[in-house]
Amino acid sequence: MTIRHHLNDDLLLDYAAGRLSEGWSLAIACHLAMCPQCREQLALAEATAGAMLEELTPVEGPADSWETLKSRLAVTPEPAPRPVSRPVSATLPEPLRSYLGGDLDAIKWRNLGNAKQVLIKTGDKTTQARLLCIAAGKPVPEHSHGGRELTVVLKGSFHDEVDRFGPGDIEDADGSLTHQPVADDHEDCICLAITDAPLKFSSRLLRLVQPMLGI
Amino acid sequence: MTDRTDNAAPPTQTSAQIVAIAASADMAAFEALFKEFGPRIRAYLLKLTRDGQAAEDLMQETMLAIWRKAGQFDPERGQASAWIFTIARNIWIDAWRKQKRPAFDPDDPALVPPPEPEAPDLLEQKQSGAALHAALKTLPAEQVELIRLSFFDEDSHSTIAARTGLPIGTVKSRIRLAFGRLRAALEEIK
Repeated sequence: MTIRHHLNDDLLLDYAAGRLSEGWSLAIACHLAMCPQCREQLALAEATAGAMLEELTPVEGPADSWETLKSRLAVTPEPAPRPVSRPVSATLPEPLRSYLGGDLDAIKWRNLGNAKQVLIKTGDKTTQARLLCIAAGKPVPEHSHGGRELTVVLKGSFHDEVDRFGPGDIEDADGSLTHQPVADDHEDCICLAITDAPLKFSSRLLRLVQPMLGI
Repeated sequence: MTDRTDNAAPPTQTSAQIVAIAASADMAAFEALFKEFGPRIRAYLLKLTRDGQAAEDLMQETMLAIWRKAGQFDPERGQASAWIFTIARNIWIDAWRKQKRPAFDPDDPALVPPPEPEAPDLLEQKQSGAALHAALKTLPAEQVELIRLSFFDEDSHSTIAARTGLPIGTVKSRIRLAFGRLRAALEEIK
């Protein structure tokens, strides 16, 4: 598997600095799980932040800061070992499985014609996260974006006006892009899509039923 | 390579302190770590919150988290200061912004491993504190400042844009350029 579409530095640095909201971060985390190269870049960004932390001019606090900390330490319960139950193998990466409550086989899809989807609940009110499954060889309806859309391919591949996107690839689309993603022939394409505005479909009929379908 | 700024903590010492906390709840090591990093973590959180009391509270939370999570720190896998930064950052997101920052799980079976076994020496060397400090020294002061702001300012892009009168797009491209220069400088040092 060769990833061709990586995190750009804007996303990488914003994620490293902790400035991205939960929805965007979910897409970044899924790409990172699938992309060792970007994990290395993230480690570099965090190492840089650490080096700069060392160089920050110290700010002194209250005189009793250490005493306060020590007394809080005394009442801090011993860490409970976190129960970690990991499956032996998985198709979808963490943290996505935790959001979905399971792997691919646990998903209750909602049919949308050539595609099916499931909306993903996050605490982030500024974005909508969804898992999409586009049937092999089929297009999703042509649309543009009122805002940004981050798409991470998890399985299969699709192509659009921009390029071809395979497993692990991330597409960062802004409001200016109108595209029609088409799943490649060999298998269904499953991807995670994060948006901060409703999609704008070119078809009037789709725009009409959009609120009912929740897309 | 070994040239370090005078006020920075020796990295091996910091690593050893965290390991000692994990191994034996070593209070002396924790106090030394607090003296070295507490005021810097406070400075970082003060930049993000602009609230002295919040910075103090969040610094305390960060130190408690360091105490509790010390066993998760792996000196082979990275710099102590980077690890401390990520803990302070996550406390800020969680306790101050009340948000979540989903992250990958390094032990997830679905995690795609690097194509060839990582050369730990190379990675270690590239990201060693000494190499980073040396690389940062070769950058023009404005570029270092841009990188610093991109980590230590709550909303760096618009803040820098407002301060310099530059469009946000320009600010972003200058930050990208600065980070690119840092990468290139690290390659040179390596």
